[in-house]
Amino acid sequence: MPFIPHTEAEIGEMLATIGAPSIDALFDEIPAALRIKSLAAIPDALTEMEVGRLMQARASQDGRPLNFLGAGAYEHHIPAAVWAIVTRGEFYSAYTPYQAEASQGTLQLLYEYQTMMSSLTGMEVSNASLYDGASALAEACLMSVRAHRRSKSARIVVPSTLNPTYLSVSRAIVEGQNLNFTVLPYEQGKGTLEFSKLAALKGDDLTAVVIQQPNFFGQMEDVDAITDWAHANNALVIAVVNPLSLALFKPPGEWGAKGVDIVVGDGQPLGVPLSSGGPYFGFMTARMEHVRQMPGRIIGRTVDLDGKQGFTLTLQAREQHIRRSKATSNICTNQGLLVTAATIHMSLLGAAGLESVAATSQRQTNKLVEKLTRIPGVKVVFDGYRFHEAVLQLPTKVSDVLEALARRNIIGGLDLSNLYPELGNALLVCATEMRTDADLDQYAAALADVLERKP
Amino acid sequence: MSHITEPLIFKHSRPGRSAVGQYPQGVSAEVPEKFRRRKRAALPEVSELQAVRHFTRLSQLNFSIDTHFYPLGSCTMKYNPRACNAFAMLPEFLGRHPLAPNSASQGFLACMYELQEMLKEVTGMKGVSLTPMAGAQGEFAGVAMIRAYHRARNDLERTEIIVPDAAHGTNPATATMCGCTVVEIPSLPNGDIDIDALKSALGPKTAGIMLTNPSTLGVFERRIQEVAKLVHDAGGLLYYDGANLNAILGKVRPGDMGFDVIHMNLHKTFSTPHGGGGPGSGAVGVGQRLLPFLPIPTVGKDGENYRWLDEKDIPHTIGRLSAFMGNAGVLLRAYVYMRMLGREGMHRVAEFSALNANYLLARLKKAGFDPAYPERRASHEFIITMKRQARELGVNAMDFAKRLLDYGFHAPTTYFPLLVPECLLIEPTETEAKQELDGFVEAMIAIQAEAEQDAAKLKGAPYNLPVRRLDDVRAAKQLDLTYGMRSTE
Repeated sequence: MPFIPHTEAEIGEMLATIGAPSIDALFDEIPAALRIKSLAAIPDALTEMEVGRLMQARASQDGRPLNFLGAGAYEHHIPAAVWAIVTRGEFYSAYTPYQAEASQGTLQLLYEYQTMMSSLTGMEVSNASLYDGASALAEACLMSVRAHRRSKSARIVVPSTLNPTYLSVSRAIVEGQNLNFTVLPYEQGKGTLEFSKLAALKGDDLTAVVIQQPNFFGQMEDVDAITDWAHANNALVIAVVNPLSLALFKPPGEWGAKGVDIVVGDGQPLGVPLSSGGPYFGFMTARMEHVRQMPGRIIGRTVDLDGKQGFTLTLQAREQHIRRSKATSNICTNQGLLVTAATIHMSLLGAAGLESVAATSQRQTNKLVEKLTRIPGVKVVFDGYRFHEAVLQLPTKVSDVLEALARRNIIGGLDLSNLYPELGNALLVCATEMRTDADLDQYAAALADVLERKP
Repeated sequence: MSHITEPLIFKHSRPGRSAVGQYPQGVSAEVPEKFRRRKRAALPEVSELQAVRHFTRLSQLNFSIDTHFYPLGSCTMKYNPRACNAFAMLPEFLGRHPLAPNSASQGFLACMYELQEMLKEVTGMKGVSLTPMAGAQGEFAGVAMIRAYHRARNDLERTEIIVPDAAHGTNPATATMCGCTVVEIPSLPNGDIDIDALKSALGPKTAGIMLTNPSTLGVFERRIQEVAKLVHDAGGLLYYDGANLNAILGKVRPGDMGFDVIHMNLHKTFSTPHGGGGPGSGAVGVGQRLLPFLPIPTVGKDGENYRWLDEKDIPHTIGRLSAFMGNAGVLLRAYVYMRMLGREGMHRVAEFSALNANYLLARLKKAGFDPAYPERRASHEFIITMKRQARELGVNAMDFAKRLLDYGFHAPTTYFPLLVPECLLIEPTETEAKQELDGFVEAMIAIQAEAEQDAAKLKGAPYNLPVRRLDDVRAAKQLDLTYGMRSTE
């Protein structure tokens, strides 16, 4: 019996202690008519050896194609030490640190994480994580409504250069709470927010303005001007950022004259593998004045009965297990293990290492763009300064090209033609430090080949 | 467990040091002045060994399932099989991009499709979406679907969610998040729902009811079919909080009890790790009525090919809850676990979690402890109340919980559910051996003796952990949330 330790003799002794004739008798309070007859659709048990064979076969079926897809999930080198430590049983199989004395390892690590994320984003406080970047933005929108009491509109301004999935997730999560989103267009040819459209909202009652930097196209928004405009117009600013990019770029806490109010994003680039989209973790940092409106767990440093330093969950009066229907969010479980990975990852790379990874990713993407745009009919759509993603225009239908590339064992990027139909046959590509020059050449050769054969 | 505390990693840091083997050398970026970061982030500057030793030492300051028994009610802290981790971390699974085309994802999609099918079977539901990333997000999805169902029928007045007083805090918080109002109903002294109170709460505004069965009081709701009929007759739907699914896995199915929607905590019932607070996974299952509203994406099968289903396939979906498809790696672990248990193993989950709980209850009862519901069977968990000890000896449930830590046992859930005074909610799970349960009973007996002889000693517990009781009031009043926030160092 997998994972059940009981011997027949023990079962007998235990039933005798209970005073029950059989294990079945323990279910005598359940109405007989409700009892399961069979679970026909569940297959027979497999041994570890058998399930290992099955999983390896499934994994091999998908293989390890050469990846040029980003769009919110990025392939970076992860030091071997990161997951070797993360999967230690003491982290992997620990519970939420409600019993602080028995959880000092997790709690101290989270305090260190909060320190690192605050510094990286240039903000004062961080929570201990949310589910992922998209749901973190939804939580930030709800938080901005709580934090901005003077605004009555619950109206949030979002540029169309925000990752479109982040917007759809936010819409789904805030659906019951009367928030409304105003989506502003990007400037043709530039791929950044059309500032005049934002300026036209002057005088409106706005709760918050969302800015993604670098934006979904990999382009850089004029974050200083947008932040200052928002503050001048009594709106809070929510920044959505790739934490790796902050090794190079000005942190949101320094945008404009005052810095933004809330920062969110996906922590995946910090030591979390692509793994089909999760588990990743969402991060959130903010100004100190908003700390009581933050969702999720927060760790504080304090002292014990002997005056010794220790760490504990704090400001719990915000949370669902205390406030119930009046909590700041229904969130309970977060993504602790992924935060463990990120904290170890950031410690191993340090600011210098992150800077080098970010710079190399940017360089490889620029090289990729250069190589691909030498192919007849392939053009770069936005010329501006970019981080590590770029939008290309292809001479033919993108989904067909991606399928053909997949047959050549290359994941060629994201088809934008459904998300941004006005861009035509547009493809979002990404290269990180993981892609060698030879990889880039291989992609360029495959793409040229695919485009030549087009019907 | 180590008792030696570890300095903050920032104390190990020295300017100019780093693990240089971990990143490309000699590359720098040209960043325009207006975008450039002026001052590097204050991340640690440590060697690889320093980082490895620091975090290994931190890990040794934790209790965990791999090192300690966790009789933590409502949390199902069962063994997390190592195989689940090993096979979910095969390089091909780790390297798969979430937006890779279907044609390059058939192996992964096959696992997800079969997981959906198995979860449908064990819950008696008609459809499953794996995308919610934790129990609370599964709850959100469930209530959002109930709302969407009423709205699609143009039944716009239904905005009230009925929640028993014993419910998890996430239930009322979720209802509020979905724009509903919460109507709380009491439990009877025997732990069952007060049917009369339910009847008077039901009406034309009822959207639904959120229940867990067995309830958080550790007892099976015997009149569940009657409850289901009343709610359905009043036009409401039934939501099953899967936190306690371990108690009934393979014995009775929420779908057969009359529930319309359920979330499952895969990190409880299906043994994926808690990870020090996450990741979880809150897959949702629905009956016929809510099928059109499932969150996307889900996995479908056309002939022999698997593919993602999105808003084109499920046009009335409540939408997306995560950037991609939820916590895929957690789902793979749950899949491996279910395949290893197989059909027969599913039944044994409830059987042996009930055996362990009822055995522990019987032994504690014989040792003189007070069950909150003495006339009832335990489900997979049960409640002991320390009301008498608090009155007679001046020691409370928290003192017992803290002293248990000294004896090498994680504390049971304390002060939840809120309606039982001085309670310990105890859930041993099916993966614990009899010896471990006996050891726990002996520790409880020893602590009771200590309480009778020297109550003050218990008040000071724990003594044998890295720290003693922490000053929570100071933590909240003199906020110190990042190193350097308070200039004491």
